[in-house]
Amino acid sequence: MRIALVGNPNCGKTALFNQLTGGRQKVANYAGVTVERKEGRFVAPSGRTLHILDLPGAYSFEATSPDEAITRDVCHGRYPGEAAPDLIVCVADATNLRLHLRFVLEVRRLGRPVVLALNMMDAARRRGIAIDVAELSRRLGVPVVETVAVKRGGAKALIARIDESVPDIVPAAIDQASVEQLHTEVRSILAATVTTSRDTVAIDDAIDRWALHPVFGLAILATLMFFIFQAVFSWAEPIMDAIESGIAALGVFVTGFLPADSALHSLLNDGLFAGLGAVLVFLPQILILFLFILVLEESGYLPRAAFLLDRMMFRVGLTGRAFIPLLSSFACAIPGIMATRSIQDPRDRLTTILVAPLMTCSARLPVYTLLIAAFIPSRSVWGVFNLQGIVLFTLYFAGIFSALGVAFVMKRLRKDKSEHALIMELPSYRLPNVRDIGLGLWERAMIFLKRVGGIILALTVLLWFLSSFPGPPDGATQPAIDYSIAGRLGRMLEVIFAPIGFNWQICIALVPGLAAREVAVAALGTVYAMSGSDDSVASQLGPLIANQWSLATALSLLAWYVFAPQCMSTLAVIRRETNSWRNVAVAAGYLFGLAYLASLATYQIARALS
Amino acid sequence: MRLSDAPKGANAVVQSVSDAHPADPIAQRLRDLGFVAGEPVRLVARGPLGGDPLLIQIGSTRFALRKSEAARVDVLVEGAA
Repeated sequence: MRIALVGNPNCGKTALFNQLTGGRQKVANYAGVTVERKEGRFVAPSGRTLHILDLPGAYSFEATSPDEAITRDVCHGRYPGEAAPDLIVCVADATNLRLHLRFVLEVRRLGRPVVLALNMMDAARRRGIAIDVAELSRRLGVPVVETVAVKRGGAKALIARIDESVPDIVPAAIDQASVEQLHTEVRSILAATVTTSRDTVAIDDAIDRWALHPVFGLAILATLMFFIFQAVFSWAEPIMDAIESGIAALGVFVTGFLPADSALHSLLNDGLFAGLGAVLVFLPQILILFLFILVLEESGYLPRAAFLLDRMMFRVGLTGRAFIPLLSSFACAIPGIMATRSIQDPRDRLTTILVAPLMTCSARLPVYTLLIAAFIPSRSVWGVFNLQGIVLFTLYFAGIFSALGVAFVMKRLRKDKSEHALIMELPSYRLPNVRDIGLGLWERAMIFLKRVGGIILALTVLLWFLSSFPGPPDGATQPAIDYSIAGRLGRMLEVIFAPIGFNWQICIALVPGLAAREVAVAALGTVYAMSGSDDSVASQLGPLIANQWSLATALSLLAWYVFAPQCMSTLAVIRRETNSWRNVAVAAGYLFGLAYLASLATYQIARALS
Repeated sequence: MRLSDAPKGANAVVQSVSDAHPADPIAQRLRDLGFVAGEPVRLVARGPLGGDPLLIQIGSTRFALRKSEAARVDVLVEGAA
């Protein structure tokens, strides 16, 4: 049997889905977390296997955004390659029935078996909302069960109900009810079944008075963002030092058993430990960044930030709704670009997709922090800030401001100037759940480690081969890498990149770095380990480049990484989400163009000043 | 009075939502979200820049609406004629 979960945005469908299927789909506290259909299954107590479909939230079947259209099509049985569900579990937030019941009525009119799950019943009770479930069920003509999706066992009643029997279909009283008629029906049902002490939660009002205040609201937002960047730098340091020395010790231990001039010794020492180790040390920073993003997502603050920034974003041709996709792009542009599905206006959506790669994703952190730690002195500024933290903050802002600039240019180029919509729901605040945050961090750590063990490992080994063969001729005076394929390729590329200050080692690293940004750090580790005579391992890459590069080169490489689309997966997801190679070409073209120009300017200015 | 002109914090009741142009999807969405005659609404806050967008409370739900969107909603403010 196929069961679809539908309901208004942010009513807890995905939490319920996870509860039923044991899945770990992303949940957060804002509308539009789920933007595609997700499938899972579970075995009911009766032994039947049930297929559960989690759908994006929708306010109405009159879809206004791509994610709502998916829900509409699946429910109507019009989704390509998918039969209409046998049972619809309509999920409604018990604290927000006035809004959610209307969609329940719309779903009921589909003429399919429906069960209503009243979710967040714990919150409703706390707020003093009393619901006469039996009467509600009688009036709606569908079975109603109470659920608390975020609590273990909170879906018990729902499981029991769907396992029992498929409920009868309620014939719709009227086929084509007007909006007003639906609302009238909602009002009469509410009047008969729900008693509420007050409309809002006092704590929400109190927080919003400050969080949305014209002056304090913006100040809080700016402080919060700045604090995050400072924390990413300063909190991670002790853990990174520990990882660094751990990897170095392990490298010495493992390679100690091998003859020092063997190929295997070189592969392990120069390839694995120098390459992978260089990337691995950034795990703590990435996790700290995610800790903040997850807490913000769960708390319900993100839509508030979108509210505060909407006007500014609108002026440059974006929308406040773009804030959440763009903020997720700080973690990674791929989920960020997918999250744009909750943006209704196709023009706003395209602009957001094209500027999302300018947000500093976590894959840039290894590159940034490697260079900052090597070239920027760790000095305190005005007693409170760390100069390294300030440089990092500046790099993030360089990305943000260029995104605003690019969006503005796109707005100017656009012919269609009709109105754009915002209309965005602000959820109730919620205390982040420690277990969910922990799981989210664990998941991110796994993703990162898989990347290190997968694509980064593969490319590093490949690069080691290319830098080792062909071997140097007899009587060679230069390091072996100079005679290898990679060495020659690097020298060729150096011609193009010399004006922006990149040496041939950087040029080599940029090539595998096209696949993913962190690879460049691993590649630099390998390239320098190969060209050095001493046993340089991961921990020494920083001091090594600090000796060999000029400050201008380092700054130029930082500028390059603000813009360059060194990530195949991002380009692939742009292709998938916009269904157009042209957009991929536009994105890659303008980003590489900006990267080269920015690096050129940075390098030439820095050289002129020094 | 248009909802976009309502005083901050005042309670009001929706009279109607008007289409800015034929088959206006924004007006349709507002009606879907509950902006229909007789519903009580309140303008809770204004955005920091130029007083845009607006934070509108309808029932127990809060929406951020741009001024141009809220201008489609005609309301009667309590206490005002």
